[in-house]
Amino acid sequence: MIAQLNTEIVIGSLKLKNPIMPASGAFGPEMKDAIDFNELGALVPKSITRLPQPGNRTPRVCETTAGMINSIGIQSKGLDYYMKYTIPEFAAYSAPLISSISADSVDEFAEMSEVIGNHPDVDALELNISCPNLKGNGEAFGMNAEVTESLIQAVKNVTDVPLIAKLTPNVTSIQDIALAAEAGGATALNVANTLLAMAIDTESRRPLIGNIMGGFSGPAVKPVIVRMIYQVSQVTNLPIIGCGGIMNGKDALEMIIAGASAVQVGTASFIYPTAMPDILEEIKDYMKRHAIYDINELVGSIQVD
Amino acid sequence: MKQHFMPIISNQQVSSRYWHMVVDSSRLTSPIEPGQFFHIRCSQGSFPFLRRPFSIYRINESTIEFLYLVKGEGTQEMTHLQAGEMLDVVGPLGVGFSLDKSADTILLVARGVGIATLAALAQEAVEKNVKCAAILSARSKDDLLAADLLQGFGAEVYKVTEEDGTSDVANVEEIIRGILKRNKIDGIYTCGSRRLSRLSQNIANEYHIPGEIALEEHMGCAMGACFACVCDVKEDTGVKSVRVCLEGPVFSLEKVVLG
Ligand SMILES: Cc1cc2nc3c(=O)[nH]c(=O)nc-3n(C[C@H](O)[C@H](O)[C@H](O)COP(=O)(O)OP(=O)(O)OC[C@H]3O[C@@H](n4cnc5c(N)ncnc54)[C@H](O)[C@@H]3O)c2cc1C
Ligand SMILES: Cc1cc2nc3c(=O)[nH]c(=O)nc-3n(C[C@H](O)[C@H](O)[C@H](O)COP(=O)(O)O)c2cc1C
Repeated sequence: MIAQLNTEIVIGSLKLKNPIMPASGAFGPEMKDAIDFNELGALVPKSITRLPQPGNRTPRVCETTAGMINSIGIQSKGLDYYMKYTIPEFAAYSAPLISSISADSVDEFAEMSEVIGNHPDVDALELNISCPNLKGNGEAFGMNAEVTESLIQAVKNVTDVPLIAKLTPNVTSIQDIALAAEAGGATALNVANTLLAMAIDTESRRPLIGNIMGGFSGPAVKPVIVRMIYQVSQVTNLPIIGCGGIMNGKDALEMIIAGASAVQVGTASFIYPTAMPDILEEIKDYMKRHAIYDINELVGSIQVD
Repeated sequence: MKQHFMPIISNQQVSSRYWHMVVDSSRLTSPIEPGQFFHIRCSQGSFPFLRRPFSIYRINESTIEFLYLVKGEGTQEMTHLQAGEMLDVVGPLGVGFSLDKSADTILLVARGVGIATLAALAQEAVEKNVKCAAILSARSKDDLLAADLLQGFGAEVYKVTEEDGTSDVANVEEIIRGILKRNKIDGIYTCGSRRLSRLSQNIANEYHIPGEIALEEHMGCAMGACFACVCDVKEDTGVKSVRVCLEGPVFSLEKVVLG
């Protein structure tokens, strides 16, 4: 008899059929021609803002060694459009829908979370706390432990769906922010968003990104993210979603072994439209090869002497 | 937006800066239109890892061709690809040109490698019995690559270059006005230069000739998901931001906002 592989992961009330999901901003309904959305662990649309916003000037992306920098600027059609069109479009699939939210203030996060979180087709919220707090000093919410805690708390007060805090890696101690998010009532932590970065064209001496700086993603960032997943898993029992630089099954497994219960795939899909299903297959092959029949056994299974 | 591996038939240098690649497209099932593009892995290795967008230069029975300028790391790597190897592409992508088959003559205004995008349209024009006039602008005569191809299609070709001191906008404008006097131009198509695009836009407005422009913008996914390659177009409801990879790369010349 061939033993069944269990790839199901549970995060609060969220049941993921497998640990592979897209990273916000690197996934859209247009990709349905390339992959079967029902085969994903969850669906995570691009972060939404309350009001429509145009996004940043171009060029919005550039390639660097083994990575890319982006500064899209959360181009968004606003909350009304999202409720009316985006949610129903993704609700048509069996995979759970995780709505990613960006906001300018704690109050706005709460307002939006109440509206989106209470929609029956939304299964969880991912709070993009890497965006700047415009009512504060403009630094990202997720750079300050107190702000992070009060933000999650405020959202927790208005909705019952699982809350995933998407941490920014641009901090001195990611553990402090992780603990603050846990104290605020987060269900899970996404480690992490992009690393703030910059690249210059030496011929013209101009920045390669219209917005001068942007978020660094792709394979180059993976060791930093693996380190952070490990550090965060040492201080909290919250489930971790690893994100940053996954290109293949081995990369995903590295994060799972470091302590991630699930992973998100962003940049890789730009190069290989079928990256997510391919990664899942590679994980299953690994499980068979190592006779591990439940993916949960791998989570945090790092061997340190 | 399917990924395909197409056998490379040839990949050769055709001038000091340009290369030409022919690939076997016989296993491709989706139709390919002039103006559409493929998102191409430039290297057999892992890096550079982002794909690069390239227009389809020629569409044949069972092959397609690319004409590319060696610009940076990606296109440099592309020159190392050899016949017999597989070209890793995603596509065909985007919205191509529309060509009214009742048109008498169309005008192509191409700068540099912009001709790689417009050549397939010239080919379609021949097939539809539409005449073609083309202005090819380039740095040097060596860069005027597709002139022979276009002349072979029966196009009336005007070449302007920096080398000859003929490529300034004023001179191109004079040539266009001359062409408009002698022909019934029913469409203006442009690619490759902001300055010539603005000129084409102004002339199209002045003569009430419909036109199209193929835009280039740095792309991430090229599938419409990431919103990296945006531009503005004028709609009845105001200015709208659209994705070059999905809603384009070909846009109405009248509507596009040229920055
Ligand atoms: C729809 C479309 C069709 C195109 N068709 C052709 C064609 O038929 N022939 C041809 O020679 N070129 C074409 N280009 C331009 C071509 O994509 C760039 O020259 C190429 O990406 C340069 O890559 P590189 O690594 O050699 O240069 P680099 O300058 O080192 O590239 C660095 C990064 O910037 C991006 N980039 C640089 N220039 C451009 C550009 N003009 N447009 C988009 N991205 C750019 C690259 O993709 C890469 O990610 C087209 C562009 C678009 C958007
Ligand atoms: C083009 C682009 C747009 C992104 N937009 C968002 C966004 O709207 N919200 C968000 O939380 N993260 C956004 N991200 C970050 C990704 O979700 C992810 O955290 C990051 O890309 C690292 O993962 P990767 O290396 O697998 O791409 C974006 C990333 C890219 C490349």
